[in-house]
Amino acid sequence: MKHTISILAASAVLGSTHAATAATEIEFWHAFTGRLGELVAEQVETFNSSQSDYAVVATHKGNYSETLNAGIAAFRAGEQPDILMVFEVGTATMMAAKGAIKPVYEVMGDGFDQSKYISSVSGYYTSPEGDMLSLPFNSSTPVLWVNRDKLQEAGIDPDTDLSTWEQVGTILDQLKEAGVSCPMTTAWQSWIHLENFSAYHDVPFATKSNGFDGTDTELAFNSAAQVAHISAMGEWAQDGKFIYAGRRNEGGANFRAGECALFTESSAGYAGIKAEAQFDFEVRPLPYWSAVASEPQNTIIGGASLWVMEGQTEEEYAGVAAFMNFLSSPEIQAKWHQDTGYLPITSEAGDLTRSQGFYDANPGTDIAVIQMTAKEPTANSKGLRLGSFDQIRTIIDEELEAVWAGDKGAQAALDSAVERGNALLRRFEQASR
Amino acid sequence: MEKRVTFKGIWLPLLLVLPQILITAIFFFYPAGQAIWQSLFIPDPFGLSMQWVGLGNFEYLLSDRFYRASFITTAVFSILVTVVSMGVALYLAILADRLIKGSGTYRTLLIWPYAVAPAVAGVLWLFMFNTRVGVVTWYLGLLGYDWNHVLNEGEAMGLVVVASAWGRISYNFLFFLAGLQAIPRSVIEAAAIDGAHFWTRFRTIVWPLLSPTTFFLLVVNIIYAFFETFGVIHTITSGGPQQATTILVYKVYSDGFVGQDLGSSAAQSVILLVIVSLLTVIQFKYIERRVHY
Repeated sequence: MKHTISILAASAVLGSTHAATAATEIEFWHAFTGRLGELVAEQVETFNSSQSDYAVVATHKGNYSETLNAGIAAFRAGEQPDILMVFEVGTATMMAAKGAIKPVYEVMGDGFDQSKYISSVSGYYTSPEGDMLSLPFNSSTPVLWVNRDKLQEAGIDPDTDLSTWEQVGTILDQLKEAGVSCPMTTAWQSWIHLENFSAYHDVPFATKSNGFDGTDTELAFNSAAQVAHISAMGEWAQDGKFIYAGRRNEGGANFRAGECALFTESSAGYAGIKAEAQFDFEVRPLPYWSAVASEPQNTIIGGASLWVMEGQTEEEYAGVAAFMNFLSSPEIQAKWHQDTGYLPITSEAGDLTRSQGFYDANPGTDIAVIQMTAKEPTANSKGLRLGSFDQIRTIIDEELEAVWAGDKGAQAALDSAVERGNALLRRFEQASR
Repeated sequence: MEKRVTFKGIWLPLLLVLPQILITAIFFFYPAGQAIWQSLFIPDPFGLSMQWVGLGNFEYLLSDRFYRASFITTAVFSILVTVVSMGVALYLAILADRLIKGSGTYRTLLIWPYAVAPAVAGVLWLFMFNTRVGVVTWYLGLLGYDWNHVLNEGEAMGLVVVASAWGRISYNFLFFLAGLQAIPRSVIEAAAIDGAHFWTRFRTIVWPLLSPTTFFLLVVNIIYAFFETFGVIHTITSGGPQQATTILVYKVYSDGFVGQDLGSSAAQSVILLVIVSLLTVIQFKYIERRVHY
């Protein structure tokens, strides 16, 4: 084992030095490890062997926050990479950093066709003028995961309709009565139950089109619709119908182990659930409250995009453009979508996946795509563009925990989160002025 | 007898302390000065622009009731960590001091945890108390206790205190043991012959003679609890649930390196610096008086 690793490492070193002498080197910093890291390496390898002008060197820089920090520190030292992966909550930070970034539409040049990208994905990373600022790389959207065996055991028809939260509420009652210890759990509570909830019910998360129209935006997720949802979730938590496992995706372990019947999680949870689940599972669209909206709007994405850093040579930018065109090509994109469960970024890649029969062979994998693209996004469902958003999410996590623990009511918690978050938005506005 | 060494000129003593001054200047005064300077601005993360706000960052912080609350959290956390790690270490040291056979093995085993980095210690304890697969959680469940530090603030605080104190016990143990062994046997034996029981001997002889060690450990442990426990908090609770374990140094990190709010982060470092300086001054001025060297 040790030998194979050292041989691999040696060949990687040899390979990259060989490439460096032959071609322009493109530095690409990303945040992927494990299976995803391997898939990124595979993409890069395919690109490098497909042509001889450029050599992309992909480097793992830690998790999302660490990668962003590494990029910022490198920029301050004048040694920034060509391409930096930044998670979606860092979008406003990157956009505000004019002089540190080079918008993707500028890098791609005149012949760049933005219309081939799926607008509900690329819209998150597009300027108010409609120009693409960063290239969507890995995007996912929340869906409802169902453990069909668990429903069956509790005497519930596993095909029962779960499209509304009202219906889910009834099922949770039945699961609880049947003695299920974990009727429902969730990952990424702020992303799913407030950010996506707002978009899905077409209510604003923040003013100024969720921050798309300016940094003088204010949070607005303490309105009646969100309060009703969080207070229902709070009651479920008190009754032991909703089990809170943690701020990130800790709940995934509970679901994959077969303890939980329902699980709200990213569509990109597919690979992990498929690999580990010893039960019959199914993907359903994220539920909505029929009392709030007659039918759901679209959900929004999470994940990361690729930003091009300022201060590189023309030759390197040409290489970046070539690499980004390669990533956007239908075959590569379709393969990425099928391997990872992330959304395709172009409609061609989606069509190719369908014609290859992937959705028929893996039922439910297209739910996320349909949920994202069924409706044209509104000002409330295009995405979020808020500064200091990582910290705002922490504040939301704290306040939601107070609701789940029964320390605070939903209205009080969300009011407090809005007030605290607004203070951060004002600081961000001042910093980026 | 004059204990102090006296020099004739000024140059030789200056030369002798120069390395120390240089190191302090480079590794302490320069970064501390930078922090103070940065705390007066709101910079953008990439260093493209900086805005002078004067004491604005401090006003912003001190008007935030959640920031003020984290002072209390930090105080509770530091006191608990210091008391637990020193108390347990003293107890173990007293036991080890009385051992005749196998004391070497005992000591070596007790010192091991010190070699474990705080972040790793955090992960170890997190595994044991994991709400789903933790061994301790499972046993507690058998006893009918539902451990859930993910939502229960008291349990979260307890867990980070234990995880932070654990590695520290070894360090304190070493110092206490050395301190105990430096106490002359004859004094204790004389007291024993006079009929003083263990507790009387401890209170009237051992504790006063141990006070220099205790005082040193008190200072060092409080500084440890203030600054070095960040890894434990980060891996176990990330400051939650709610803000139950958000101590000051963790907030410096999360605002600066996660939130990219460098102005606020720098201001928080300055506040932390002031607190620790004050604490140390108080300790040396008031508590040291009760120490017998």
